[in-house]
Amino acid sequence: MTVIDNNIQQLKNDLLQMWSLVINQMEKARLALINGDKNLAREVRVNEKRVDVFELKIDMDSESILLLKNPVAIDLRFVLSVLKINYNIERIGDYANAIAKVAENLSGPIPEDILQSTHLPEMFFTAQTMLQESFNAFEKSDRTHVNLLFAMDEKLDKPNRIANTVIGKLLRDRPEDTMMLLEALAIIRKLERTGDHILNIAEELIFYFDANVVKHKKMLDDN
Amino acid sequence: MKDVNVWYSDNHALKNISMTFEPNTVTALVGPSGCGKSTFLRLFNRMNDLISSFRLEGMVTIDSQNIYSKEVRLDEIRKKVGMVFQKPNPFPKSIYENVAYGLRVNGTSNKKIIDETVERSLRQATLWDEVKDSLKKSAMILSGGQQQRLCIARALAVEPKLILMDEPASALDPISTAHIEELILELKKEFTIIIVTHNLQQAGRISDSTAFFYLGELIEYNLTKKIFLNPDNERTQNYITGRFS
Repeated sequence: MTVIDNNIQQLKNDLLQMWSLVINQMEKARLALINGDKNLAREVRVNEKRVDVFELKIDMDSESILLLKNPVAIDLRFVLSVLKINYNIERIGDYANAIAKVAENLSGPIPEDILQSTHLPEMFFTAQTMLQESFNAFEKSDRTHVNLLFAMDEKLDKPNRIANTVIGKLLRDRPEDTMMLLEALAIIRKLERTGDHILNIAEELIFYFDANVVKHKKMLDDN
Repeated sequence: MKDVNVWYSDNHALKNISMTFEPNTVTALVGPSGCGKSTFLRLFNRMNDLISSFRLEGMVTIDSQNIYSKEVRLDEIRKKVGMVFQKPNPFPKSIYENVAYGLRVNGTSNKKIIDETVERSLRQATLWDEVKDSLKKSAMILSGGQQQRLCIARALAVEPKLILMDEPASALDPISTAHIEELILELKKEFTIIIVTHNLQQAGRISDSTAFFYLGELIEYNLTKKIFLNPDNERTQNYITGRFS
């Protein structure tokens, strides 16, 4: 094992730990919201600081490897990818934290009929599955997990596209739940953005595995 | 260069090498010690001819001229191809005479032409400002980095097509190395450069293309960015990432 192997393994372990933490954060935020569990919401809010600490450490360690170890080829692609994945995972952690904040401030759990009308449970399921699949792809260096992600994202886009109409109707029907419905709309947006960040991660994984740049591919192809 | 094979007695030092070099580019030759890269470099100025057991098959051409053809004179080749070595090797003469040497050997005696060439070459080697007031002083008083740039100026004076560099900065400190690297990037505007280096970061900084040699074979030859980001061959990747066994 070379010196850089040790550094890269450590970086990978740290990112996997952070990723795992964010997966848990999102699950706890979901449970806090669905069940109106304020204690669980507070736990997410406290753990958010751990996510931030991981992000800073991974940033600094990546910079050190770039500066001192002069990585090339697959090592260079790994470190560049980790830097960008790190940013995206931290943003997803922010969304989990924001959802927990909503759960903390709501007077109770979101009623079942609102959850069903807004497709929030399916959106959570899709976003969390994507998050887990991206984790698996990185952990096992397995390209097949990456391919699934692009198709799954559509399941987040569709409820997001119809969200204004759905929430608009609910606002007319249930003006007494206005605050809750506005929060539900904000959560829909956050879950859709979570999907976007996971697709960013998928693009970085493809760069790491294959050295292919698929980001903005359509625009680049058009030019 | 086409289908080149080189032997030293029974040792097959280079195996079926075919390569072309674009004008005004820098090509880095990398690979572990003994892989054949210096033998390869010395093919271009026929320095290997000095070794009695050397034998070559295949064709090495510069400007469409087979430089191993019997009709070609060695001094013609040496005018086309300059070489800079690992350790600076100035002659124990003045700075001026070091640069003028190649011209005098080639029969130039016109002082005005020699003066102009010495100044031009020293300027191209970015040494003029440092030595213009001490041209008559011995080259041996210069620092290692200055001596190496003097050797480059000496190579430039005969206006070669091709400049060969065999680890030209490996004996220099980081500042002198940076000077040499900047100089190489400047020189490629007018010359074609092939450089042997063990410093992979240096290859990345200065070369347009990189060739990886191993056990006398050309394993991979591609744009430097491609080699250092995503080499095609696993042996190349193992070598540049330090995982070679």
